[in-house]
Amino acid sequence: MRQRVVITGVGAVTPLGDGARTLHDRWCAGETGIAGGAARCDGFAPEQRLSRKLVRRSDRFTQLALVAGDEAIEQAGWADGPPYAPDRVGCIVGTGIGGIGTLLDGYDLLRDAGPQRVPPLSIPLMMANAAPAALAMRHNLRGQVFGTVSACAAGAHAIGAAARAIAHGDCDAVVTGGAEAAHTSLAHAAFASMDALSPTGVSRPFDARRDGFVMGEGAGILVLEAADAAAARGATVLGEVLGYGASSDAHHLTAPAPDGEGAARAIRSALADAGAEPADVAYVNAHGTSTPLNDRAETLALKAALGEHAAAVPVSSTKSAIGHLLGAAGAVEAVATVLALADGVAPPTLGWEEREEGLDLDYVPDSPRPLDPGRPRIALSSSFGFGGHNAVLCLGAAR
Amino acid sequence: MTPSTITAEAIRSRVFAALEELGADPADLSLDAGFEALDVDSLDLVELGQIVHEEYGVELKGADIANLRTVGDAVALVAERAGA
Repeated sequence: MRQRVVITGVGAVTPLGDGARTLHDRWCAGETGIAGGAARCDGFAPEQRLSRKLVRRSDRFTQLALVAGDEAIEQAGWADGPPYAPDRVGCIVGTGIGGIGTLLDGYDLLRDAGPQRVPPLSIPLMMANAAPAALAMRHNLRGQVFGTVSACAAGAHAIGAAARAIAHGDCDAVVTGGAEAAHTSLAHAAFASMDALSPTGVSRPFDARRDGFVMGEGAGILVLEAADAAAARGATVLGEVLGYGASSDAHHLTAPAPDGEGAARAIRSALADAGAEPADVAYVNAHGTSTPLNDRAETLALKAALGEHAAAVPVSSTKSAIGHLLGAAGAVEAVATVLALADGVAPPTLGWEEREEGLDLDYVPDSPRPLDPGRPRIALSSSFGFGGHNAVLCLGAAR
Repeated sequence: MTPSTITAEAIRSRVFAALEELGADPADLSLDAGFEALDVDSLDLVELGQIVHEEYGVELKGADIANLRTVGDAVALVAERAGA
């Protein structure tokens, strides 16, 4: 029998500060984590949260995951270790790029000082699975542990895979999410050279003036548990992973299919997996990157998948407040969606002012909006990655 | 630094400082302290080797490192190779 999957802990480190609640509250208050065309976790102080040894032994993306993980683990009531046999607890965490800062530092040493000076920690710090490896060691998670790699859909793919592992009975619980720390001159130059970054440094998803994304960094971690097991231990439930759908455009290396066909299929799959209808959806936390192509294709995908109901659903983008966290985006946005459902509110798409023809959904401009009390508290959180990867989560409030 | 100015005490001091940089608790550092107890593993010892190579021109290869058990072992080996 398929297990229901509940969420018992959430944690986030974002350009709006440490903490999932900080993200939700500051975003709803209209505050932005974007400054100077980038969204950085300036206040993040890993040396205050992790041992000196661990700081030396982890790239920044892993450090972000560990601190977000501590928050989620503590909220789940796991501070003394997982409440299940450790080999029944997994850890699946995605990243878009992994330790690119470590890679560049290592290359500088190779070029300037020679191969003998390349640090032995270069590979274990930069590898894309470093964050789940570090989380597993920190919390003694001995079930299936691995990373997901699907560019900007990696965080959502991780959560989807984690939910599947529990639903299928492979794990009693999984610590999951995504992490990214790619603020390097190389990543900025490379995204800019493909015209993906906003030259004006403004993230305004779905607005007619949008001109690219603003790069962010951070991590989002969630603790998922089998509903029966969580109930048996008396855990406080924050929300539920009701469904998951994933698909591929098989269209272009970076551009989404212009009609949003692949994204629409992922949305339909997530709803079908949840046993929900389009009319059940009370809120959509969109991928909403602020690039011309994504926001148009995503709007078309929502219309195709939700039909008439698309016009009635509040759709907003967390990226309007914290930029694009790449492989962490889907996870941080899932955390944000859990809190939006818990509070019964759709946070706003900050900066949205000018409508573009065809982009005519309700993008929740200006200020947060109470969710329709007449609908079940069910939301979609969409993530789409370069390569044409689409991953959509259907999340529910605690029952 | 030329070999004539290298002293065993200078090497001990540099190795202690390096181990602290690598994350060892300074309160636990002594010549008798074992690397395992200090939570210093083979990856850390490779870094220690890079540090002493940079500092003293001493080459510590895989087998040299694999045989080190205590801080004193490392200090003695570096001192021997550096002619201190």
